[in-house]
Amino acid sequence: MFELLGIPPQALFGQLLLGLINGAFYAMLSLGLAVIFGLLNVINFTHGAQYMMGAFGAWMLLNYAGIPFWGALVLSPIVVAIIGMAIERTLLKRLYHLDHLYGLLLTFGLALIIEGLFRRQYGSSGLPYNNPLPGGTNLGFMFLPNYRAFVVVASLVVCIATWYVIERTKLGSYLRAATERPDLVQAFGIDVPRMITLTYGFGVGLAALAGVLAAPAYQVSPTMGSNLIIVVFAVVVIGGMGSIMGAIVTGFGLGIVEGLTKVFYPEASSTVIFVIMAIVLMVKPAGLFGTAK
Amino acid sequence: MSTSSPTHPAGAPAASGSGSSSLGTIFGIAAVAVLLVAPFGVYPVFLMKVMCFALFACAFNLLLGYTGLLSFGHAMFFGGSAYVCAHTIKVLGFSPELGILAGVVFAALLGLLAGLLAIRRQGIYFAMVTLALAQMFFFFCLQAPFTGGEDGLQAVPRRALFGIFDLSKDINLYYVVLAIFVFGFLVIYRTIHSPFGQVLKAIRENEPRAISLGYRVNQYKLMAFVLSAALAGLAGSTKVLVFQLASLTDVAWQMSGEVVLMTLVGGMGTILGPVVGAAVIVTMQNYLAGLGEWVLVIQGAIFVLAVSLFRRGFVGEIIAVMQQMKAKKAG
Amino acid sequence: MRLAAIFLAASSLMGAGAAYAQVPVKIGVLNDQSGLYADLGGQGSVWAAKKAVEDFGAAAKGLKVEVIFADHQNKADVGTSVARQWYDVDGVDAIFDTPNSGVALAVSGVTKEKNKVFINSGAASSDLTGKACTPNTVHWTYDTWALANGTGRAIVKTGGDTWFFLTADYAFGHALERDTEAVVLANGGKVAGKVRVPLNNADFSSFLLQAQSSKAKIIGLANAGGDTINSIKQAAEYGIVEGGQKLAGLLIFLTDVHSLGLKVAQGLNLTSAWYWDMTDANRKFADAFAAANGGKRPTMVQAGVYSGVTHYLKAVEALKSAKDGAAVVAKMKEIPTDDPLFGKGEVRADGRHIHPMFLFEVKKPSESKGPYDYYTLKATIPANEAFRPIGEGDCPLVKKG
Repeated sequence: MFELLGIPPQALFGQLLLGLINGAFYAMLSLGLAVIFGLLNVINFTHGAQYMMGAFGAWMLLNYAGIPFWGALVLSPIVVAIIGMAIERTLLKRLYHLDHLYGLLLTFGLALIIEGLFRRQYGSSGLPYNNPLPGGTNLGFMFLPNYRAFVVVASLVVCIATWYVIERTKLGSYLRAATERPDLVQAFGIDVPRMITLTYGFGVGLAALAGVLAAPAYQVSPTMGSNLIIVVFAVVVIGGMGSIMGAIVTGFGLGIVEGLTKVFYPEASSTVIFVIMAIVLMVKPAGLFGTAK
Repeated sequence: MSTSSPTHPAGAPAASGSGSSSLGTIFGIAAVAVLLVAPFGVYPVFLMKVMCFALFACAFNLLLGYTGLLSFGHAMFFGGSAYVCAHTIKVLGFSPELGILAGVVFAALLGLLAGLLAIRRQGIYFAMVTLALAQMFFFFCLQAPFTGGEDGLQAVPRRALFGIFDLSKDINLYYVVLAIFVFGFLVIYRTIHSPFGQVLKAIRENEPRAISLGYRVNQYKLMAFVLSAALAGLAGSTKVLVFQLASLTDVAWQMSGEVVLMTLVGGMGTILGPVVGAAVIVTMQNYLAGLGEWVLVIQGAIFVLAVSLFRRGFVGEIIAVMQQMKAKKAG
Repeated sequence: MRLAAIFLAASSLMGAGAAYAQVPVKIGVLNDQSGLYADLGGQGSVWAAKKAVEDFGAAAKGLKVEVIFADHQNKADVGTSVARQWYDVDGVDAIFDTPNSGVALAVSGVTKEKNKVFINSGAASSDLTGKACTPNTVHWTYDTWALANGTGRAIVKTGGDTWFFLTADYAFGHALERDTEAVVLANGGKVAGKVRVPLNNADFSSFLLQAQSSKAKIIGLANAGGDTINSIKQAAEYGIVEGGQKLAGLLIFLTDVHSLGLKVAQGLNLTSAWYWDMTDANRKFADAFAAANGGKRPTMVQAGVYSGVTHYLKAVEALKSAKDGAAVVAKMKEIPTDDPLFGKGEVRADGRHIHPMFLFEVKKPSESKGPYDYYTLKATIPANEAFRPIGEGDCPLVKKG
């Protein structure tokens, strides 16, 4: 039978699909990061820690309150978002007029604190979380676990809904206007500071949601976010800082690229994203979907 | 000269040596005198570590504080030079001074290559290009057989400098490291206070104006980048002599992050800030080692406090207070 | 005033007298207190070292032992600076534990330079008693060769003769893969393929799919910590085990199984140097450990620290001094080892501590009585077969003959 670059086409299909599933996580995380950057002008380095908090939230809800996965899917992001908003009100708010660097440093410090506290409390080797949707479907070319299928669908729905709200609704237009001219929007009687707080909460909630989705598939551990943040950050840059569509498309796209690298040159699969980032920045400085100002 | 300007994007003090230069000289001599006798009171290996990182942070500050370029990939120069230095000494049998020279030359060449690509972008995009290049370099170090993977290059012999000074004694090595540190520091000091340094500051403050004045901005930026890379390499190579090893830690992105933190905590754009910042962070790493699990939390808390309360960094805040006092006296 | 001065002088004299009679020994536990390996060593190892000192009855035997600890943060430069400072300034005589092969090799070098003692329990690299062996280093608990030998041989003998390796793209992963592959081939097995995976890669599905299509009977996991946990967890999700393939974890600790949960980990084969629920002595130690460490059970690394400290103190007691590191290690090699946890054994000329290794299978959830009741013993690998033959390690201390 015919093969493509030494790989049978069925296997290639399988790998593409797996790449798409991983891309779902990148897309949701980078979407949150892009929303926050777009409106707050803050590079949220706590994003990885908030993703981790989402996963731990699910674990805690299950083990301390008996709330199963489906409840945690809603509750955990809300709780994490509220904590995020408290951080925004008390600490981040004071940095908006300053260079990106300070927001980055502050959120980096916060990430260290959060990670350190979780490590102290729960150890570093992680905790078990059972798969709520065991079993799977044989697609012929691969075995697709039901849970992974759910992840892709859930992530697509959330991403598209977010894009729609921001780009196509009135609320979204306020948001976009506030990023351009906060003073003018304020003058029209819209409470811009509150909008900013809610936006930060929303971005953080997205990270936590991705965390809950990750809990059954990956290890629930305090370090799960810090390994991911730098990659997600690269995804946002490739997509174009602050671009909603860019973050979504790039997230899924890079998941696929990474998946293919895992087949052809697995050692480089964690580096390939940075190679792409370098190339994109050389050719199209504002990112694939960004507009140069 | 007074360069503090309200338009500076980071809101950090731009003033470098606002005091009279004679005061600076006296202070410098006093500092060197303290460092000369310090190993009799403080553990010399610890001091050497502080000096290596202080030099690294100063080199980085030359770029961030005085040229306005945030590199997020400086670990590649620091760690790359460390690998070259360790390899040439351990495997090729180089003497320490030649090993360091090889490391610095490598860092400068790598800096030239990375600089040519990176300086075409600005702000956060510049930082991202350097990050991407550093990640690729990390991958190279991980895959290349001579680096020894995560075990690193171990047991690099210290040998004798110029065949005369036996470096296996900590105290001898200490004075060599001190000499290297003072040399590196003076190079940076001279650079900042030279006409070249003035042009760099002009670029940082207002790049379009610098261009309109006829300066070839990109050439200046590239030169600053290469110089900074070479000095970071000098720090990395020196560290090899102190710890007798080169490892993946030195090229990982966390190392690039660490040097940013050192510079910011100390005060960027101040000549002494990075030294203080490096001292604070290395001391923390060393003395918090006994606190076990709380290390991360305490480190994080210090950064949060630094950003929230003394944003200009330790040295920056002190300079600001001194300037206020002076202004009061004058007014 | 004067009375007080006399009193003070008298008390200091008494203090000096007591110190003169006792041999001072300072032990430093240098390990990962906050990162990846904090659970399997960390504070638990510190506790084990203190417990060993207490059980040894050091004070009654004329030893004045002090235990301190530090976090090496998995950085070789932090590890060596702590080690140097301990040896140069703080008067530490011996360093224990030290997981992370890179840090361990660096500390071993410093220890030799300063002529102190380094007794490693936590690191995997068999180079510590091979190419990089020193007269000052003892490797106590396990190494890559012993793990590969234990798991690899047992599985090939029970019919698992085709292997596919998922290898962490790091020196220790390569070592684990290399040693296991040698065992598999030597026992008549075959290697169907291998894939090198970057460290801290969260998603293994792509690699598992490759392993699946290789049709190998056994998927060997030459990785550690979070990577092992993620690959096992996802193998369950993708129905790898139901499809007829078996997983072989080459480096798995009790804490990893605890983190996975039995539902996912059941049926896994693994090699370990020690398990808490094997003998009464082990259980007694584990109960005391659990009481002091929030209900956790000790890992083989922590038990190894206990055992190593005990034997070290015996050697110091015999010599009446801890100052000459090489002499202490020579004494440790001379007297046979014997303690409640690791039983009788010896320390070989290359620094390798020799003791039996055990092959375990992870229990089904229905078989387990509660947390940490995880392993069933499948086979005991006798001490003389458990470790690399002394002539094959290229240790310069061993004379070729």
